[in-house]
Amino acid sequence: MSWLKSIASSAAVAAALAGAAMTVSVANAEDTIKVGVLHSLSGTMAISETTLKDTILFMIDEQNKKGGVLGKKLEAVVVDPASNWPLFAEKARELIQKDKVAVVFGCWTSVSRKSVLPVFKELNSILFYPVQYEGEESERNVFYTGAAPNQQAIPAVDYLMSKDGGEVKRWVLAGTDYVYPRTTNKILEAYLKAKGVAPEDIMINYTPFGHSDWQSIVADIKKFGSAGKKTAVVSTINGDANVPFYKELGNQGIKATDIPVVAFSVGEEELAGLDAKPLVGHLAAWNYFESIKNPANSEFIKKWQEYTKNPKRTTNDPMEASVIGFSAWVKAVEKAGTTDPDKVIDTLPGIETPNLTGGIAKVLPNHHITKPVFIGEIKADGQFDVVWKTKDLVPGAAWSAYLEGSKDLVADWVTLKCGNYNSVTKKCGG
Amino acid sequence: MLKSIAAAIRRLSLTIVAIVAVTIVQPVLAADIDGTIQLLTTDGYSDTIEAIGQLSTSGHPRALAIVQALSDGKLQFSDSAKKVYIDTGAGLVDAATGDAVATPPADVSDVRQNNRVRGVVQAALGALSLFNPDPQKRREAAEAVFKSRDENALPAIDASLAKETVPEVATALKIARAAIVLFKSDAAEADRVVAAQAIQVAGTQDAVALLRSLPADAPKTVVNTAQASAKTIENNLALWSTAQNAWYGLSLGSVLLLAAIGLAITFGVMGIINMAHGEMVMLGAYVTFMVQEVIRNHFPSLFDLSLPIAIPLAFIVSGLVGVAIERTVIRWLYGRPLDTLLATWGISLALQQLVRTTFGANNREVGSPSWMSGSFQLGQLSITWGRMWIIVFALVVFAGLILILKKTPLGLQMRAVTQNRSMASAMGIPTPWIDALTFGLGCGIAGIAGVALSQIDNVSPNLGQGYIIDSFMVVVFGGVGNLWGTLVGAMTLGIVNKFLEPVAGAVLGKILVLVAIILFIQKRPRGLFALKGRAVEA
Amino acid sequence: MITSFLLGGLDRKTGIAILVLALIGIGVTYSNAFLADASPLHVSTGNMLLFGKYAAYALLAVALDLVWGYCGILSLGHGAFFALGGYAMGMYLMRQIGTRGVYANPILPDFMVFLNWKELPFTWVFFDHFPYAMLMVLLIPGLLAFVFGWFAFRSRVTGVYLSIITQAMTYALLLAFFRNDMGFGGNNGLTDFKDVVGYNIQADSTRRVLFALTVGFLAVGLWLASSIVNSKLGKVLIAIRDAESRTRFIGYRVAEYKTVVFTVSACMAGVAGALYVPQVGIINPSEFSPANSIEAVIWVAVGGRGTLVGAIIGAVAVNWGKTWFTGVLPEFWLFALGALFVAGPLLLPKGIVGTLGGLFSFGNRPSRVVPTSPEPAE
Repeated sequence: MSWLKSIASSAAVAAALAGAAMTVSVANAEDTIKVGVLHSLSGTMAISETTLKDTILFMIDEQNKKGGVLGKKLEAVVVDPASNWPLFAEKARELIQKDKVAVVFGCWTSVSRKSVLPVFKELNSILFYPVQYEGEESERNVFYTGAAPNQQAIPAVDYLMSKDGGEVKRWVLAGTDYVYPRTTNKILEAYLKAKGVAPEDIMINYTPFGHSDWQSIVADIKKFGSAGKKTAVVSTINGDANVPFYKELGNQGIKATDIPVVAFSVGEEELAGLDAKPLVGHLAAWNYFESIKNPANSEFIKKWQEYTKNPKRTTNDPMEASVIGFSAWVKAVEKAGTTDPDKVIDTLPGIETPNLTGGIAKVLPNHHITKPVFIGEIKADGQFDVVWKTKDLVPGAAWSAYLEGSKDLVADWVTLKCGNYNSVTKKCGG
Repeated sequence: MLKSIAAAIRRLSLTIVAIVAVTIVQPVLAADIDGTIQLLTTDGYSDTIEAIGQLSTSGHPRALAIVQALSDGKLQFSDSAKKVYIDTGAGLVDAATGDAVATPPADVSDVRQNNRVRGVVQAALGALSLFNPDPQKRREAAEAVFKSRDENALPAIDASLAKETVPEVATALKIARAAIVLFKSDAAEADRVVAAQAIQVAGTQDAVALLRSLPADAPKTVVNTAQASAKTIENNLALWSTAQNAWYGLSLGSVLLLAAIGLAITFGVMGIINMAHGEMVMLGAYVTFMVQEVIRNHFPSLFDLSLPIAIPLAFIVSGLVGVAIERTVIRWLYGRPLDTLLATWGISLALQQLVRTTFGANNREVGSPSWMSGSFQLGQLSITWGRMWIIVFALVVFAGLILILKKTPLGLQMRAVTQNRSMASAMGIPTPWIDALTFGLGCGIAGIAGVALSQIDNVSPNLGQGYIIDSFMVVVFGGVGNLWGTLVGAMTLGIVNKFLEPVAGAVLGKILVLVAIILFIQKRPRGLFALKGRAVEA
Repeated sequence: MITSFLLGGLDRKTGIAILVLALIGIGVTYSNAFLADASPLHVSTGNMLLFGKYAAYALLAVALDLVWGYCGILSLGHGAFFALGGYAMGMYLMRQIGTRGVYANPILPDFMVFLNWKELPFTWVFFDHFPYAMLMVLLIPGLLAFVFGWFAFRSRVTGVYLSIITQAMTYALLLAFFRNDMGFGGNNGLTDFKDVVGYNIQADSTRRVLFALTVGFLAVGLWLASSIVNSKLGKVLIAIRDAESRTRFIGYRVAEYKTVVFTVSACMAGVAGALYVPQVGIINPSEFSPANSIEAVIWVAVGGRGTLVGAIIGAVAVNWGKTWFTGVLPEFWLFALGALFVAGPLLLPKGIVGTLGGLFSFGNRPSRVVPTSPEPAE
């Protein structure tokens, strides 16, 4: 019977632990609307996602000061999926089934989104996904408030080809080997070739996650860049690998005036982690910059810094996307008069909410939103100086016209009720 | 863009020619630069470029100061007052007059630059510096002319060449001159051929690019000579690239050595599977960050000394944490190496989270002191200072550790305790304290590795995780318990990796290295430098 | 002979454990299917999926305990066999999607269309056949373990050297599977499965079957491992663990024994992976990460090395703790988990089962858990 006893005693230990843990969770019996926050607070992605958790908590705090939604207070349910993809799915299920949240704000990496997708579809809940991503997706239960490739990558390349951007003729597409860079580079390659760039003027390079030794690759870029044509690097290098990459660029003396680097994953948060002086002039393409002068933005930054009690706390693009997602959801709930997922999903397309740069973010039938595109140059203080922006708002496209498999696909959840309608075969995919 | 730079340089060089030709006794009559100033207040890049051009031709005494201020990012403007100011740090001065401004208007903001403006400013300043008293500046100026190869700079180059005494600068000037002549369509064909040959001396990738970009309508002999020159340089560069790869390999090897060397003590010598090793490295990096924070806020002049200050502090902090871990946890687990794995894994999780809650999950900024920034040329080898110092540092740490173990009483006692604990104890060695000190030493060395790694990697709570697997790999590959094995192992892995990378790509290269390690261990089941004798089998 | 081999495995401890597993398997599926949601005994589908995941982990832990606890082979790469089994299953499930993918391509999985691939790589060809896929679940991890073990054990790579090269193996596989060029979906891995052998994978009934299968396989795995351990083969394994050279000198072919048990263990890990994938709905390269394999070792250590049943308890306890902590203490759960790992070896040096088994030792002889060797590892 030793075995049964061992179970009994381990259960006792566990119960004691659980009891201790219970005291932490807030006993909240009053009528609230629960909002799930599914961002990694530990592991490799904590570096990026922790800020987004704080943003949602901040927005909930602000909303509650205004009296909440539908007369009820909002209550955040924060969990830690720990940068572990199967755990994302498990936690999503926990939030929806156990905690009964009305909506979830979360995920950063594509794989985490892919991991939770079946859960959201099965349990019919709503996910707001706030990060720039590779596109090629439009799901009924997901709203994509970050940039699709046509809202970030293509305008950036257009800028570099313009006179102000330096009339670049030769391109290095450098990225981390995962789906976002792969797709973005595929789209860019097709786009550049369509613009008459010769194949030998395009160099594509992939590196693993967290790559930290960039000596050879930076030397290669330098070599590629000395062919007598103006060269630029389009970087889809992810998160952690950026700091050593930029440090190596600085050390090998590649200045922005020689070979500019335009990045899609480097924002104010990342620059706060390194000495920006050698990087002055390198570029980033985003839909929001902290330095954009605008009353809405200034007020947001002020309140955010008050909330975090840190006068140096930066803001960045995925934060703005979270903010837009949150206010769009609040508006939709108020319009629909309920938090019922089906009603909210149907109400969301068409909802307009001001973004932080003076424009209007409109939720489109394909569950993406309209965004302005800005190109910023890195300044010595780690902020960006906006050197170019699109004249109009760019609507997010779920399916890229430059990819073989997706050029015929259309996403429309209002009239077609389909995320991948094939306009040639006139059929809705699976 | 090239055209606008060239235009600006052309104007500048005219000025320079004027200055060189006529020794000016009295300042040029202050030309009217009000219009130029107006251009700088419109907040448009094209206007700013136009203004730089006008300034350089104006011969105005303030022209250089204004361009310099723009280059330093200290030029400001006011839209309301339609005036431009230079921020001297102590207050604003009027750019046009140099007079201090007591009450600047409220709407003062920086004159903005993009890469196009920066290019024009750099080229302009470069060309101006052809007569700088500092030879280094003159050389840079010559290189700037080489890049812009503006025909109008020719007289200035010739004048500068005539006076030049420093051989390196003279060479740079000659190459710059050759570049101009090569592209000068109205130059004599023979001169251009000579120029194409002369550029070969430069031997750089840039020179190849220049030679290859000769327009197709140039005379055939010139083009052929240029192609031949380019080919020669390329062959030469191919040889150098082997040396360059070896250098990269050494540099990667030194990073691996630094990361692994502390583990060679705690794991190699003591037999503790120390999964918290990476976190000791991380703590060292965070100590560097804190030292730099204090220096930035209180003693900015000492910034270049931040790393020498951080090294002992990192050693102490990580070392003390190590001693604390040994005293509270590990000492109960001697003889149970797998339990040390479990416990140190737990410690590593907790330490990561501790740092995350204290400093936040974001990267922290650790700057490079000036002596670790930039690079220098050794032949065609481009060597970055930071990497070079890291190699030196890794070797110094290694030598220091060997000295401690072999030449100090403490080292003797450490070796005695790890080789035969009971006998050492019988000889009166306080074994518990030696254990604590040995573990502390290993952790402390991991801490100073963190100081070096903070220079090339993210300073984030995940820093240590990135190195832990590689560190174990290095120690085991070299042979557990043998410090020399760790040195040779780290360098071998670094160099092999860097020679594979250009052929197979970064990912495949790394996979091949791992497979090679697996196969190597089959051949030598106890690593590169195996300990021999019966003790091994115990 | 086989009967006596299997009956030998049914010692008291294993018997009770198998009985408990059977009760859990039947009880949970029954409760999920027939009890009302409001009933306090009702097990929600979410929780059943969670238990199913734990059971798959537990099978991995049993496989690991078989080689580590009884043969002294500390594999820091068992996660690789688990993941390979998972990938084999995942590939089958991907092929089952058919035209229901977003690009509606009848042959190619979505991620291949996405990367403009034109035809199916040879590695994927027969994976639309269930028996073939199941064969691969066993064969791929088994073959890798056999080849790896054959070379390593013949070269007498032991102790920490073996541990580190198994880690190198899983790390190399991690990097390889990350590569999109490999054709296994890169970082995103395989996901968005629709059905398994014709049944909707999201239906509660399919999930009940999957859960029951997982618990069943866990019981079978435990029985098999226990049979091996209690047989003559098991005695040799323990002899190898405790004194490898001596066993060799007596005349046993140590390398062959080790290779066999390593291969069997890898196959069990592969099955665990194959059961894990349909329940969590995704398989991606992070399953290969060395940290996962180390975690598996920790489950075994927490539960009690060399007890088999302890491996199950350890895997469930640690993972349940993780689920719990990440929900209630999102900001501080790592402290709690870290403290657990530090306190474990200090307070329960032989793991939960080892320690408690020692306290109330009647019936079973407590296995020798911790050799007092001065060497870094065994």
